[in-house]
Amino acid sequence: MIVGSQKPIDEIWDMVKDFKKVLVFGCNTCVAICHAGGEKEAETIAALIRMRAAQEGKRIEVNHLGVMRHCEPEYFDPVMDEVRRYDLVLSTACGVGVNFLSERIGEIPVYPGINTSFFGGVPEAGVFTELCAGCGNCILHLTGGICPIARCSKTLMNGPCGGTNKGKCEVSPDIDCAWYLIVERMKKLGTLEKLYEIQPPRNWSTSRDGGPRRVSLEHIRAYEEKEEQKPEPAGGKK
Amino acid sequence: MKSGSNLERVILSGQPAVTAELGPPMSADPHEVIKKANILKGYCDAANITDCQTAVVRISSIAAAVIAFQQGLEPVMQMTCRDRNRIAMQADLLGAAALGLRNCLCIAGDHQKFSAAGRLKGHPGAKNVYDVDTCQLVGILKKMRDEGKQEGGDPLEVAPKFFIGASWTPMADPIDFRPINLMKKVNAGADFIQTQGIYDIAGFRSQMETIRNMGLHERTAILGGIIVPKSAMMLKYMDSSVAGVSVPKPLIERMTKAKDAAGDDKKKAKELQEAEGIKIAVELIQQVLETPGVRGVHIQAIEWESAMPGIVKAAGLYPRPNIPEA
Ligand code: SF4
Ligand code: SF4
Repeated sequence: MIVGSQKPIDEIWDMVKDFKKVLVFGCNTCVAICHAGGEKEAETIAALIRMRAAQEGKRIEVNHLGVMRHCEPEYFDPVMDEVRRYDLVLSTACGVGVNFLSERIGEIPVYPGINTSFFGGVPEAGVFTELCAGCGNCILHLTGGICPIARCSKTLMNGPCGGTNKGKCEVSPDIDCAWYLIVERMKKLGTLEKLYEIQPPRNWSTSRDGGPRRVSLEHIRAYEEKEEQKPEPAGGKK
Repeated sequence: MKSGSNLERVILSGQPAVTAELGPPMSADPHEVIKKANILKGYCDAANITDCQTAVVRISSIAAAVIAFQQGLEPVMQMTCRDRNRIAMQADLLGAAALGLRNCLCIAGDHQKFSAAGRLKGHPGAKNVYDVDTCQLVGILKKMRDEGKQEGGDPLEVAPKFFIGASWTPMADPIDFRPINLMKKVNAGADFIQTQGIYDIAGFRSQMETIRNMGLHERTAILGGIIVPKSAMMLKYMDSSVAGVSVPKPLIERMTKAKDAAGDDKKKAKELQEAEGIKIAVELIQQVLETPGVRGVHIQAIEWESAMPGIVKAAGLYPRPNIPEA
């Protein structure tokens, strides 16, 4: 899932203070699970803004709303008329949601209500850890299922640096050394020898370094086009 | 001869090689480099010029290496993977070779968050490059030198001829993987290896036994790392906080005794500890050099270059061999 975290209320206030009608718009998938930007958090943020407005003597109408997802139009299309009543949308979806809505909403600004952090998992309640960096060329079969790109602070590909200290990364005693984990895991799997081979310099162009990426599934697009051309069955929407 | 550097010639001669370390200053003034180079000259076969060590901005390793070279000290230009992508790295390698440099040590580099272990502001918000890692950088240098090709495959009219080095931390976690780490660097093309500072001779010797069984000591020249201890505090810090360094208790006790012997006299405590530190360094050098498979020592007298001549002499490593270019 995509993990986000809350922005300081001072920063949010700076973004919203000059608007008259603000909608705090939550997303109920990933960012709801990490307690950053679901409908519940949107409600809290809206209340905080109202409190701040009262303190500062500003008249701002602030409401909240939430939909299941902000990254596919079908989820927010049904509420778009309502959304367009406002002069600012403070989206508490991830950055994808903010971008996606910005391009579809028209003349209304969409501002980020949270910080989008990473793709991660939930090892225990209230803890989220980064596990994949979306590099576009997965090599987890070579590293025992543990990602050196997302989880090694130096994205090393050929084994640990000299900074590994008691299994922790040199960057912080709170960060596990990815290469320590990889070596230990591959020993358990009996596949340590895979690490003997030198991984050559990577082609990072499948990653963000190659420019913004896009996946296009031609067969799905062709199928959808064909479906659209079919006459609608009488008496109903497809 | 791969590079013809002095370091390579000494190593090929079979005599124990000595390298030192010269940290460039946080300043645009070349005089500190000139001063340090003149202290080290004659007491080592080459000196590492660190590349923004501890992730703090200093005179670049390439520029400081050229300044040292002009003083008659052969430099080992260090190159970290932290600050440059492969385009900048190769451009700097061509430039360094064009300026006459012939040794390059490839290292990952301290992470940009390190900021001299928090003692300086540094640049913890800098972008993290690590386009290639140490093994890959070694491979790039080798490909440039031996195939006359850039990493991407384009030809080089004149190839840079570097004696290629890499660092190795023999005793960091995961300890049983460290020999593999070394093997990969050697397979990639490392001609020489400088190790992390060694205090635990028994631990080092046991890793070296594995290395000899793998035959790696014959495929690369391993120079054992010596960090000259300055005080009991420094030894304790390195034991507790520096990855891959453990300091045996008796060494810490010797230093503490030297300190305590001075009573309340701070100046004397410093002198006594420094004298003991030099003694310890000399003993470590001898023990490391007695370890089969070791071909030299890399002595780091950090911000204490003036200690080098005495140490090298006391270790019986002076004068340094003079092997003319073929
Ligand atoms: S290798 Fe790439 S795709 Fe696979 S987990 Fe790591 S970052 Fe994600
Ligand atoms: S300590 Fe481990 S995780 Fe941290 S940079 Fe080094 S190899 Fe990577």
